[in-house]
Amino acid sequence: MNVPGNLLYTKDHEWARIEGKTAYVGITDYAQHSLGDITFVDLPKAGEELKQSSFCATVESVKAASDVYAPLSGKVTGVNSKLAQNPELINQSPYDQGYFFMMEFSNEAEKAKLMDAPAYQKYVEGLAE
Amino acid sequence: MNYVAHTKEDIQQMLSAIGAKSIEELFKDIPASLRAKSFNLPPAKSEFAVTQALSRLADKNATGLVNFVGAGFYDHFIPAAVDALSSRSEFYTAYTPYQPECSQGWLQAIYEYQSLICELTGLDVSNASLYDGGTALFEAMMMALRHTGRNKVILDSGINLIYRTMLYTYSSNLSIEFVEIPVVHGQSSREELYKYLDERTAAVIFQNPNFFGAVDDHSDMVEKVHQCGALAIASVYPVSLGILKTPGEMGFDIATGEGQSLGIPLSFGGPYLGFMAARTALARQMPGRIVGATVDSDGKRGFVLTLQTREQHIRREKATSNICSNEALCALRAAIFVSLLGRQGLIELAEHNYQKAEFAKETLSRIPGVQVKRSSPTFNEFTILLPRHANEVVHRMIEKGFACGFPLGRFYKGMDNYLLIAVTEKRTKEEIRRLADSLEAVL
Repeated sequence: MNVPGNLLYTKDHEWARIEGKTAYVGITDYAQHSLGDITFVDLPKAGEELKQSSFCATVESVKAASDVYAPLSGKVTGVNSKLAQNPELINQSPYDQGYFFMMEFSNEAEKAKLMDAPAYQKYVEGLAE
Repeated sequence: MNYVAHTKEDIQQMLSAIGAKSIEELFKDIPASLRAKSFNLPPAKSEFAVTQALSRLADKNATGLVNFVGAGFYDHFIPAAVDALSSRSEFYTAYTPYQPECSQGWLQAIYEYQSLICELTGLDVSNASLYDGGTALFEAMMMALRHTGRNKVILDSGINLIYRTMLYTYSSNLSIEFVEIPVVHGQSSREELYKYLDERTAAVIFQNPNFFGAVDDHSDMVEKVHQCGALAIASVYPVSLGILKTPGEMGFDIATGEGQSLGIPLSFGGPYLGFMAARTALARQMPGRIVGATVDSDGKRGFVLTLQTREQHIRREKATSNICSNEALCALRAAIFVSLLGRQGLIELAEHNYQKAEFAKETLSRIPGVQVKRSSPTFNEFTILLPRHANEVVHRMIEKGFACGFPLGRFYKGMDNYLLIAVTEKRTKEEIRRLADSLEAVL
């Protein structure tokens, strides 16, 4: 399982990559693997205001439709439009080409509620037991 | 296997399994005051006596009237093959089967139905059917609300009042802002629509032909609706699509309608058939089942239920709908009906309806005191103005052997003297002439 060191993680298996005031958001390798072949993703609209841990997107695989929650609060500044035609990018490249959207996050302090890579790795290993 | 439910032995077995001595003991927690002393039922009767009593009730109905009533439900001919094929035991069930993929024949029939609905409406995807025309329209409205994230809905008042009432009732606990725009000279009012259409509008809903029978080309309005980012929804009469511009051609996003006219007998309370078709982009918002074609591991063609992640057994509270029972048997009848007619047959059927209605307009307009409304083109239904209350006329015409039409005053204020008349392919010129003669006599 791939858990890049430069990202922050949620218990619901979303990741956030912080670049200045912008956070890139997606779902983890563990999440894409559990869901199986992803067939569709319903993304938020640019300009939408998100709250940390609130519903922001739906990801649909051959098995299920699952909700995705915002890792941080803030405003959506852009979405990965490639996913509409190529949802399999989430399976193939969950941390790079398969990102969901970008947001301008509004509360620095919220980052403390997220896990770093070693903590997330441990958390996922705990789930497997 | 014993087909009599609850034999004494069954009851004893069940009681002993749960540790109760008697039925009395089982119900002892319910206070005596809350328990029925008796059900006030009449004494038992023999099967023959019951049949007689029910027949006497049925005889109170006026039957055998020559039917000129439409108002959303139409008296079309149903070829015998529709009954013969749809009543085959392999098909005779109201539902798509559980473990659906085991029933390839059924899935194929529904797939064919969906394909025919797409052809008829000129749209991309159809579901496996809904309960009736009204619920289909409600579901279409909900699709628009979800798709746009807005909550204002504009209704043309030419939509059947039954449907408008259903939209209000079903959504009474949701915060939807409804606007009704009036019908002017029988047509959807552009001016009124543009007054209310704005960036908060989720959907604009029309009916074509509208309740007064008027046919319209909504293309110009649909374009304006799209400019505001709203969806355009049409409730349509499928038989009319044999000759009229389709919802797809007019640019509509969703089309729904009552499928009764496609091989389903007129019957108070149904069962009827709601159909729905939409553009591909809205497929995931569509409620209910959708059958898809695929290939199996040997490369052979097969059918599956598809996009099930929208459905209530997977998405639970986030399902697109929880009232999406399909009407498999009625959908099958519609598929058989449309296939029997074929493309050319549907065109001819629509032409017959149109021409007979035009003949009826001509004939009725010669009656002194009767005014046929001609401000808009019509399909097989039109409005006439009588010199007296339409209800009285309808009652007198029953004595003459005619169900002569629908009194518009029932649904629209100030239209007490207006009568809505439908003429299907089943009505002969002779019947139309007799309708005119009788009408002249009772006025």
